Amino acid sequence: MKPASFDYVAADSIDMAVASLAEARGGAKIIAGGQSLVPMLNFRMLRPALLVDINPIAGMAFIEDAGKDIRIGALTRHHQIETSAVIARHLPILSCAMTHVAHLAIRNRGTIGGSLAHADPAAELPMMALLLDAEIRVASSSGMRTVAARDFFLGALTVDLADGEIVTEIALPKVPPKTGWGFEEVARRSGDFALAAVAVVLTVSEGAIAQARIALTGVGPTPLRAADAEALLVGGAFEPGVAGRLTDAVRAAVEPDSDLHASSEYRRHLAGVLAGRAVAGAWRRANEAAA
Amino acid sequence: MSRTREITVTVNGAAFEGAVEPRLLLVDFLRHTLGLTGTHVGCEHGVCGACTILLDGDSVRSCLLFAVQTDGRRVETVESLGRIGQMNALQESFHEHHALQCGFCTPGMLMTATDLLKKYPLATDDDIREGLSGNLCRCTGYDHIVKAIRALLTSKAGAVR
Repeated sequence: MKPASFDYVAADSIDMAVASLAEARGGAKIIAGGQSLVPMLNFRMLRPALLVDINPIAGMAFIEDAGKDIRIGALTRHHQIETSAVIARHLPILSCAMTHVAHLAIRNRGTIGGSLAHADPAAELPMMALLLDAEIRVASSSGMRTVAARDFFLGALTVDLADGEIVTEIALPKVPPKTGWGFEEVARRSGDFALAAVAVVLTVSEGAIAQARIALTGVGPTPLRAADAEALLVGGAFEPGVAGRLTDAVRAAVEPDSDLHASSEYRRHLAGVLAGRAVAGAWRRANEAAA
Repeated sequence: MSRTREITVTVNGAAFEGAVEPRLLLVDFLRHTLGLTGTHVGCEHGVCGACTILLDGDSVRSCLLFAVQTDGRRVETVESLGRIGQMNALQESFHEHHALQCGFCTPGMLMTATDLLKKYPLATDDDIREGLSGNLCRCTGYDHIVKAIRALLTSKAGAVR
């Protein structure tokens, strides 16, 4: 339960971090909050030759209202997002989601960039990035690029990041006016990873749903959007007849695995129930916002 | 063994300057290098909460940090709260309300509660339970820990009035 030996670099700039990564030619891991990485090191599931610590980099932890988007620095801690007035005002669903992320001591340390790059299949932040159509900014020694969240998550613990790349920033577009949200999660204990969780944002116009986004986590190797379920909501009100079809469409969209904590069937069942509740909550809030 | 690093870290108000191996976990540094055995090592993967300490005032797991990462930072352990015969109000409240039995989880509970009391209003006992949910206790059933924190909040509210 102790890590294997590694060398250590405390990077004080993104340039220094990417230069260290490039030099290590795939032998390095970035340590941000370390809340997922260090257990893997302690268990010796990972034995990197070099750890590049990005915690000393100044100016990489921020939450900024950039007009169209909210920009969040990759090194921003979960607790900062949980308690941010900017997030509470523009993306209240994210404030709610953060309270489900582990425990205070983990939220004090864990970072948004780390959570997205690690991509645990039952984590909340990858789902939120997908729900909110985030753009993920990535740096390497050869420059910068931007990846849409829908293209970023490739598999369990696998994302579109090459060895020499580092997530620097996440841009989350603000939601339109007359938008409501719903967030539902079931975990075995408070703060555990989700058995299933559903996040929904609905925008209404003249009593009907104009835009619907439904994202799920814990029910497949990556977070996913339930596109068919989103499509069937658009154009009408959320009524009991729609609720039944929504549940079926969400259950058809997921492919959960069975594990120690829950069977595949139970997770699929949960996804449907939680989606119904989350959409009902979003519908209520959207109508309040439109009133 | 990889190259050691020189660090300067302030632990419970005292500066430590010395060399550490990068892979040395903070909790092992505290216990073995500094002899501060108040912080307990439980699961060593961030689940049990026994090793919770304060880093620059924020509660964190000392099994998920490397000592080398605390260079230039401030660490507080359970030893900073008080000592026998001179416990702080939180420790007194734990004592008063039988909030420990074997005591293994207690340092983590105390350091977590210290941070919770600072960051959250803890209006209901459910809020306290939610706040403690990252700290495992196998003896008390948590009831008396919740009571101890509630009692401290009540006495503080009384003092303010």
